[in-house]
Amino acid sequence: MNKVLKLFTKDSITLPVIAIILGLLLGAIVMMVGGYNPIEAYSALIERVYGNSYDFGEAIREMTPLIMTGLAFAFAARAGLFNIGGEGQFMIGMTAASIVGIHLHGLPAFIHAPLAIIAGAVFGGLWAALAGFLKATRGVNEVISCIMLNWIGLYLSNLIINTFALQSGDTRSVDIQPSASIAISWLSEMMGNARVHWGTLIALLAAVFFYIFMWKTKQGFELRSVGFNQDASKYAGMNVNRNIVKAMFISGAFAGLGGAFTVLGVFGYQSVMASSPGTGFDGIAVALIGMNNPFGVVLGAILFGTLTYGSAGMSFSADVPPEIVRIVIGAIIFFIAAQGIVRWLLKPFYAKRKKEKVS
Amino acid sequence: MKKVYSLSLIMVLALSVFLAACGNKSDSTNNASNGTSGSGGSSDVKIGMVTDVGGVNDKSFNQSAWEALQQVQKDGGASVKYLQSKSDQDYIPNLNQFVKDNYSLTWGIGFNLADAIKTVGEQNPKANLAIIDSVVDLPNVKSITFAENEGSFLVGVIAGKMTKSNKIGFVGGEKSPLIQRFEAGFKAGIQAVNPNAQLMVNYAGAFDKPDVGKSAAATLYNDGVDIIFHAAGATGNGVFSEAQSRVNSGQQVWVIGVDKDQSLIYGDKVTLTSMIKRVDTAVEKVSKEVIDGTFKGGVETLGLKDDGVGVADTSSKNVPADVLKLVDEYKEKIIKGEVKVPDTVQ
Repeated sequence: MNKVLKLFTKDSITLPVIAIILGLLLGAIVMMVGGYNPIEAYSALIERVYGNSYDFGEAIREMTPLIMTGLAFAFAARAGLFNIGGEGQFMIGMTAASIVGIHLHGLPAFIHAPLAIIAGAVFGGLWAALAGFLKATRGVNEVISCIMLNWIGLYLSNLIINTFALQSGDTRSVDIQPSASIAISWLSEMMGNARVHWGTLIALLAAVFFYIFMWKTKQGFELRSVGFNQDASKYAGMNVNRNIVKAMFISGAFAGLGGAFTVLGVFGYQSVMASSPGTGFDGIAVALIGMNNPFGVVLGAILFGTLTYGSAGMSFSADVPPEIVRIVIGAIIFFIAAQGIVRWLLKPFYAKRKKEKVS
Repeated sequence: MKKVYSLSLIMVLALSVFLAACGNKSDSTNNASNGTSGSGGSSDVKIGMVTDVGGVNDKSFNQSAWEALQQVQKDGGASVKYLQSKSDQDYIPNLNQFVKDNYSLTWGIGFNLADAIKTVGEQNPKANLAIIDSVVDLPNVKSITFAENEGSFLVGVIAGKMTKSNKIGFVGGEKSPLIQRFEAGFKAGIQAVNPNAQLMVNYAGAFDKPDVGKSAAATLYNDGVDIIFHAAGATGNGVFSEAQSRVNSGQQVWVIGVDKDQSLIYGDKVTLTSMIKRVDTAVEKVSKEVIDGTFKGGVETLGLKDDGVGVADTSSKNVPADVLKLVDEYKEKIIKGEVKVPDTVQ
């Protein structure tokens, strides 16, 4: 336990917390300028998320895919890769899970549902590994290839759904088999039909897996080592190329899982998407808030999910436009990214402490 | 420096204390009101509406619906509110927000909300819901659909008569049976008056992507099209902006608007006419039924006969009188049933 706590160095806790507070303050100022009552608005936000069991369940539903895409970005970042393609991997994961969920018949639920989840993870992983492979063998910048793969992923998903699983006269797929569903119906009933599903539990386990793999295994050590310095790793006898592909695969598998949960747990079908859902990009922000730490990512997803889901409460009870919430989120990310500002603000604190130590 | 710093720290502390206090307070009042509302029930009629991802400023049907609700509020008898959906995951929670707050009626605007309305309607059999552009077969849901093919036929007549290049374009949003109804009616209208004209169709795949609409329009105009009819919600705003830039540089092109009289927004220089879909009338009518207590679930299809669809009144500015006369003749024929307008693309 101590070792887990050690992961959060003093800096890695204070920086996000101060950034969050500054972001909320900035949001409050914007609201005051716009003529809204920030206290009323923030309390409406909190109340919307934690006020009753239905909304709490739905907020968890909002957070779950964010945990997965956040982990995806953080995992690649630890290996020195900028996986901006969580979006595409997420959609490919959705599609793979849909196809398995729709087209396999007659399997018992304890095989069918895991199979659909694994399909989502594997295909999401392969989609990312494609970018990793291009980088490893041809030196293609993974940022460029991932952005392109996002678009290919979007239109490929739509094509597959349109061709193989379209519900006639509609713009969505047919429903998945009940045996592939990962919704928790008894909990759902208890929480006023909120769409809660087993994916949330898997997401938390994935964070634990992330930690153990990265910090407790030889493979994780190699990944981190490649992330710090490729040349040194190569000199030490590590296979850099294989590690790049491996890091991208696991990263993409996380994002693909998030997509699979959305289909299997939330909707039970897949829409033909007009635009990508944005969860993959939000995951980047979540990973930034969590400082690329798996447990930080979970906390970041809770914060991000709370703000996103609660924004409807702000506009409902306090008439604040949801754009303001985006300003708050944007401000938090800004302050985290611009660590210098927060450090500068904290300077007097640190200076004082040092003085105390001296005396 | 230090003073500024400690001051800001105090502000932070004060704010967080405030927040904590308020959070608790409103929680407790919320619980209390939940407890009483079961026995009492509010005297005031409250009507809510959930938009699709287009949002209330889409200059199209979400906006029509919201303006109608604001009118209902102005006329008295109801307070209204809307929630905007950021993604399709938001539909159900947004609808539930109104339903759980005991709203007398909750609107779902657009066929994208059909599944969500069905789920919420089944889970809350006592709640009144209504949906535009789709049919949800539940006793507590009012489904409003329009005969868009009839209105599109009339603007097709105008386009067929007024095209100079004999090439006419159609930009659709998502390729769905609903939007294909526009295309089918439009095509039939063109063919009825100008068999030589060619219709070029382009589906943008989205209702909230003006950039895609703009490039779709650019492609069509480059191919020699001089009139584009769009049925693409906010995506259509891009069609208008492409037309505006071409008109400003001297090229004579037209857009036919949809849902609302879009010449009021984009001006008469580019807007030839608009195919009006009276979402506002429908929303107002059903909302007033709730106020009067006569609300009943079911399906209602509004066509030319009911003035549910039609051609904008301002069309006379750009469309010659003889063409408008022809439009009126066709309108009569459709209402009488002498002309049958197809509702699917052949």
